[in-house]
Order: sequence, then C-alpha cells, then structure tokens
Amino acid sequence: MYTVADLRKGLKITIDGDPYIVTFFEFSKPGKGQALYRTKMRNMINGTSLDRTYRSGETFEPAHLEERTMQYLYKEDTNYCFMDNQSYEQISISEDAIGDAKNFLIDNLEVDVLMFQEKPIGVTTPNFVNLRVVKTDPWIKGDTTGSDSKPATVETGYVLRVPPFIEEGELITIDTRTGEYSTRVKG
Amino acid sequence: MNGIRRFPNRHNSLRARAKIVNAVRSFFEKNGFLEVDTPQRIPVPIPESHIDVMPSGSWVLHPSPEICMKRLLADGLERIFQICHCWRDGERGSLHLPEFSMLEWYRAHADYFALMDDCEGLVRAAAAAVGKKYEVGWNGRVVGLDGPWERLTVRDAFSRFGEMTAEEALEQNLFDEIMVCSIEPMLGWERPTFLLEYPAQRGSLARLKAGDPCVAERFELYIGGLELANAYSELIDPEEQRYRFIQEQGFRRNSSKPVYPLPEKFLQELSGMPPSAGIAFGIDRLVMLLLGASSIDEAVAFTPEEL
Repeated sequence: MYTVADLRKGLKITIDGDPYIVTFFEFSKPGKGQALYRTKMRNMINGTSLDRTYRSGETFEPAHLEERTMQYLYKEDTNYCFMDNQSYEQISISEDAIGDAKNFLIDNLEVDVLMFQEKPIGVTTPNFVNLRVVKTDPWIKGDTTGSDSKPATVETGYVLRVPPFIEEGELITIDTRTGEYSTRVKG
Repeated sequence: MNGIRRFPNRHNSLRARAKIVNAVRSFFEKNGFLEVDTPQRIPVPIPESHIDVMPSGSWVLHPSPEICMKRLLADGLERIFQICHCWRDGERGSLHLPEFSMLEWYRAHADYFALMDDCEGLVRAAAAAVGKKYEVGWNGRVVGLDGPWERLTVRDAFSRFGEMTAEEALEQNLFDEIMVCSIEPMLGWERPTFLLEYPAQRGSLARLKAGDPCVAERFELYIGGLELANAYSELIDPEEQRYRFIQEQGFRRNSSKPVYPLPEKFLQELSGMPPSAGIAFGIDRLVMLLLGASSIDEAVAFTPEEL
C-alpha cells in the first residue's frame, strides 16, 4: 500500500482496477490550507490520461507489473501468439494490446511483454528490427525530378518511406521507436 | 556522480541570496524595526489544523516564530523583525522545504494595510539589490514591480477564476483545491497581487473585518502565481483566540494528528498586546523569484536530500 508521501513521477498504482503510471507530481499547500498532492497519470492499458488531486491520508494499491521475454510465433485472426521463453507457455495477445509493435513482428522475434495481473497489456520490440521489402516502385536511375524518398511495404504489411535506391526483396533496418527507415542491410 | 554540484550556478545563487538578505535587513533597519532572535525550540506550537511540527525532545522545533514575537509585542516592542529557520513536517515540493527560512515582521498600532506597503518597499529593495529595479522575469514572463500593486478579495478571485463562489467551495470542502488549481496560478502576473479578506474560518489568528465578520483581515502576496507571504491584522482578544485554538485542536484530533497543549503563556500575555499587524514572508521563495528559479532547491545551499 502506498500513501501520498510515496507519490512521485514514474510510480505505478492501481486505480479502479487499471494500472496507471504517474507522469507529473507536485506537492501544493495553499497558505494555512491543507496539503494537496496533484498528479497526472496515464492509464497503462489504453493510454488515456487522468488528473487527480489527493489529500493527506489517502492510500493507493501498487500496480504489480512484470516484464517477460517472449518469442513471436504466429498470427491467428486478430490475435498474436507468443511463447514465454522461460515457461514455454503460449499466450495470445489482442491486436489492441500489441499496438504499433504489430508492424515489426516477424517469426521468432524476441519481445518484452508487460503483464498486469497475468494479463498482457503491452509489447516492446527491440529498438531495431530487420524487415524485407516486399513492394516498392523501382528506382529510375538518373531521375532527378523525383523526391528523395518513396513508399515501401515490408513483409509485415507495414508501409514506410525509404530512400529511392531501395529495391524489392532487400532487407532494411527500421527504428521501431519512430517507425522510420534506419539503414539498408547489405549482403 | 557529483550530487553536490546539481546546479552549476550555485555560487551565483548563494551570492544573490546573501545580497537579498542584506537588503531585507537594511530595509527594516531604515524603517525603525528592531531585529530579534527568539528561540527556535519551543514547548508547544500554535494549534493549526494543517501545520505539522517536528518534535525536538519533548518540545518542538517552531513552525514559525509567531508566538515569541507576539509576546515581545505584548511586552512593549512596537516594530520587530526576524529572519530564522522554521520546520514543518511533510512539506516537500518544488515550492516547499521541511526546513526553510522565514522572515516575520510585526507592527504595533497598525493594521494589515500597513504591511502591504511594507511588502511593496521590501520586494523592490530586494530586487534592486540584485539589479532588478522595475520588474522580475518569472516563468517566461515579466512582472512589473512599480506602481501600486493589485488588491483582490478572495470573493472576487473565486468569481473571476474559480468554478464556484468561495461560499460554495467552503460548503463542498473544495476551497483549497480551487485555490491551488484555478486561482493561485492566475495571480500576480501583470503586477503583484494582494489576495485579501479570507473567509473567517481561514484566519485562525486574524481579526475579523469590522462591519463584515464573514471575512478575516488576512492577505497573501502573490507574484507570478508564487505565494510569498501571509499576513493578518492580529486577533488580540484572548478569549476569542482560545476558542479558535480549541477548534483547531478539534480538527487535529478528528484527523488523528498529534494535539499539543495550548500555548498558555502566549494566551495570558495576549491581553497586553496592542492592536497589531504581522506577516510571515518566505525568504527562500523571494530568492527563487529574484533568481527566476523554478524550484526552491535552487535558492538554498543544500536540500534535505543532499544531506
């Protein structure tokens, strides 16, 4: 159990059954008035934010979160199937909980799965993944009128902008934090 | 890791602080005030609902020098000031330190309007000491210091910035929340603001306004949304004061907070105190303001976390 004295940025607490992370915290006390603890929090499941002001004496349930390393296996309808690297247990995660990570999931990719009360609520991919370009316009050498990037579709179906010299079938590195092209993988 | 040098310009901050404190001293000396130095460890504090003291043996560290300074007024001194450390348990934030520096001054035969004039002169003198004559930069904006400062009643502040009237806020027990979240951030931006005439129950040591006993003769000074000082026309009726102290004790008892015996010597001597006005002014916050610092940590030599 946390008290208001434990409140700080980054603290994870449970409110109405959902895990929240404190993103802003300020101790306030109007002259001769009571101490107030102002917070902004983000719901770790759906990302919505919440402003709450607490008074002395209020308490909070910690949000027990756990990160597990898992391997991506396959997609089934709108669910993604993973295997826990330690227990070999297989779990299925909905597209909503996967978020943008779905753009970078290739077979056998190792990811960190954030668990709250035995439920997966988020997936973190490695910062860089290599994906193969399956569709992009050919590069017309000598074309100086074109722009300096073009759209390309990678094997997961994700579409991003790549430099004009990238050809279909090539392997590229993508920064999963921004979703942007990083470099071409030679060889 | 080099925790000590958290702020690269700490030497400059401490030099500015020394200049400001010197300017404060000379301001009061020029105006005929006597500097006093009262004990910081006292047997019992003034009973206040929302101020928690720190024990020191079987006594406490004073949360304000108020009791002793008023006893000096009762003893016949008429203009006194003090700069001292005060302690308040559990107060820590970007504007709060559990041990902080307080400036208090008292004027016999005066009311709180005289203290407003003192504040204007004092802040201008302190600002001039660090080369800021007419304005201070704060939170990306500039607040002018010259000309008369704004005087805004709590009632008007609630109708201007609050989501409800001050009376409704008190009834719904939301007075502090609205004050902190909606009103305080709006005060003292064009020029400093004196927020005055607090609801009577929000001024336990203040005299009620003649002709309008719903409000107490209490003000707070705000500059750029920053609260700097709290002042009263002092309550000098010992019976009324005892009654209000008992109410504050009751609140503490109901909130399971420690309750101390009443400061009896103070209550005895209160009958000898002339009509007076007194004010508590945060020195660390004044330094913050004049440095343009966003945290009180930048105004002091060490924070408790660094000790």
